[in-house]
Amino acid sequence: MMTTRRELLAGVGLAAVATQMPAVAFAQTKDSVTIGMTLEPPTLDPTSGAAQAIREVTLQNIFEGLVKMDRTGRVQPCLAESWELAPDTITYRFKLRQDVKFHDDTPFTAEQVKFSFERAVAPDSTNAQRQLFTPIAEITTPDPATVVIKLKQPTASFLYGLTWGDAVIVAPASAANNKTNPVGTGPFKFARWNRGDRLELARFDGYWGEKPSLAKATFRFMSDPQAQVTALQAGDVDANTNLSAPEAVAQLKADPKLTVTIGRTEGETVLATNNAKPPFDNLKVRQAIAHALDRKTIALGVYGFDVQLIGSHFSPLHPAYIDLTGTYPYDPEKAKALLKEAGFPNGFNCTLKLPPPSYARRAGEIVAELLAQVGIKASIEPLEFPQWLERVFRNKDYDLSIIAHTEPLDIDIYARDDYYFQYRNPAFKALIAKISGTLDEGERNELYKQAQRMLAQDAVNGFLFILPKITVAKANLEGMWTDWPLPVTPLAELRWR
Amino acid sequence: MIGYVLRRLVALVLTLLAAALVIFLVLEVLPGDPAAVTLGLNASPEALNALHAEMGLDKPASLRFLLWLRGLATGDLGLSYTYRVPVAQLIAERMAVTLPLAVLAILLAILIGMPLGVLAASRRGKITDAGVMAFAQAGLAIPNFWFGLLLVLVFAVGLGWLPANGFPGWQAGIGMALKSLAMPALALALPQAAIIARVTRSAMLDTLQEDFVRTARAKGLSEGVTMRRHALRNALIPVVTILGLQFSVLIAGAIIIENVFALPGLGRLVFQAIAQHDLIVVKGLVMLFAGLAILINFAVELLYGLIDPRLRQA
Repeated sequence: MMTTRRELLAGVGLAAVATQMPAVAFAQTKDSVTIGMTLEPPTLDPTSGAAQAIREVTLQNIFEGLVKMDRTGRVQPCLAESWELAPDTITYRFKLRQDVKFHDDTPFTAEQVKFSFERAVAPDSTNAQRQLFTPIAEITTPDPATVVIKLKQPTASFLYGLTWGDAVIVAPASAANNKTNPVGTGPFKFARWNRGDRLELARFDGYWGEKPSLAKATFRFMSDPQAQVTALQAGDVDANTNLSAPEAVAQLKADPKLTVTIGRTEGETVLATNNAKPPFDNLKVRQAIAHALDRKTIALGVYGFDVQLIGSHFSPLHPAYIDLTGTYPYDPEKAKALLKEAGFPNGFNCTLKLPPPSYARRAGEIVAELLAQVGIKASIEPLEFPQWLERVFRNKDYDLSIIAHTEPLDIDIYARDDYYFQYRNPAFKALIAKISGTLDEGERNELYKQAQRMLAQDAVNGFLFILPKITVAKANLEGMWTDWPLPVTPLAELRWR
Repeated sequence: MIGYVLRRLVALVLTLLAAALVIFLVLEVLPGDPAAVTLGLNASPEALNALHAEMGLDKPASLRFLLWLRGLATGDLGLSYTYRVPVAQLIAERMAVTLPLAVLAILLAILIGMPLGVLAASRRGKITDAGVMAFAQAGLAIPNFWFGLLLVLVFAVGLGWLPANGFPGWQAGIGMALKSLAMPALALALPQAAIIARVTRSAMLDTLQEDFVRTARAKGLSEGVTMRRHALRNALIPVVTILGLQFSVLIAGAIIIENVFALPGLGRLVFQAIAQHDLIVVKGLVMLFAGLAILINFAVELLYGLIDPRLRQA
């Protein structure tokens, strides 16, 4: 058959359309995501390391716990379908899902729950949050779908703690290798890790829950703030979980291809104060410091936009939060007067030891200046993190420091013996013990409010602000968490619009 | 000759041993506990002790030093405190990025710098010469990380030709990998090219005054052949010396460039390891760098011999 020139041209045209078609179809059904992060996880096992990056990539993606935290900070069922607390207030009975498999096809049963929790408190355990499990007296498994956990005493925060990465369920056969080859029950399984650059996860087809919309996810690690920004601008990454370049926020907000949200975390940023060391053991001195701190200026100087200010050690993401920023408002004259009363009419000299994060270094400059205005001459000493841990945190060899405490609901650290604030208040300790034993939520929240007030009034630390979560994502990517009641990025909740 | 080589070898081993001892001692006195870094602010003393045992930190320092030395001799650099994988494996993975990056940068620097230097020398005092010298000044004055950012803005954000940063790995294909290395290599190469252009120019100017160049011209060789075969070859010695010195500088410069471009190379590994107190990795890397510096010096001496036959007899 002869082909006319016109037919041939038409054919070429069709071919051109045909080659374009798949490209269009592909753009509509994009099923992968690339997410930028600042820090790389050192390992992929959330049960043997405190690094937040481990939780960010693995929790609710590769690994799951009996319960999980949702984006509003509420505890939801996960591997446990339901649970009940016996009238003795110390016996939890968890009913487990029965259709769950690990990524290596091992069926999930009660035995693995018992194994995971007993492993966390074993003598050779390197679990970073062992205190979550120490209330456990006994774990029994009456049948494969039931776990009964008996506590030593009523512990209000027990369930809450089970949402953490440290409490994920692992299997005996794979647990030892989870650091480099994690095997969990989550909607995504480990695919590949190019250390220093990227981690790839793939959808787990045997997942018990709803099938995730994404088939593949890549986490990219970029410590340089400018690199994070350019990767977003160039479209190399689809999102960044928490941008470390606050100065670029305005610029990125102006980009119509991107959405930027400023959320909150559990990171209370404090001017940590050595309460046992003179002159900081004097309440009047600590009150003077509190009056000297202009939180709004500090936060604005660090971020360039408004972030949540705090007046005590509590996150506004919790329902018991009360605003105590007015306890000792910014008032340099009052601060000077208080210093005079305390016997320091001309102020005094001290050191301000700063760990590496940029929020600490930037806030430190402003805090030192504000303190100087009331006569306290704080000389700044920058430290690397290991040195900070050794000198400030462990040896308490410091006057003032700035750090964010990122563990959720960690007001109890003020009740710990020998904690580096050296705040030794029996009344506060008694209050925390009472909170732990109070199972009624309303009552407990009232006690939490009392605790917040006590810390604010004692001006234990300079309470500054909550670390913001700066989430940047392509405008058509849905499902990123705005707030971080727990630092996680559940990939199963992401979808392209 | 053999006696000389043996003496050099003994000295080399002693230098390495001394370096090992100094590195170990310096890192030993540094305050900080790798286990505390791993387990964070809520770590219980029991968990810290368990991790100390796992990391081998419960043994006395002298024993750890000997174990480390034994490991060095057998190529076993221990297990990274943070990543929990063999240090040798980590270094090998990172080497696969940094070494090609450095080689690419040095090649680019030679390709850009040497012709410019020769050109400037042959047009001494003319506008071309002034232009090359201005380029060399600018190349030295511009910080390479800033130049890198500029490249990213143009080629990644603006034109979208190249990925802004990161490294997909060699398994993603040579093309993809080279695309990721192009901008960092160019950023690293710019100041090197400037240095090479200057050194080549002045070395060329020196040799152009020599009698043998006049002789070459006098016997009727074309200007190009005179330049290439007589002048450039003799001007190469100072250039190669500089190249050897610059190779170590390149590795150091890679620390910054690798951070700007989020490349998983040795420089970034050093940076991370120090920040996370992963001392066993730091120790291994510093030893590696010391070894590399010695090797490069050796290679430079060999190159002298190749370029200048007189030195082969010495």
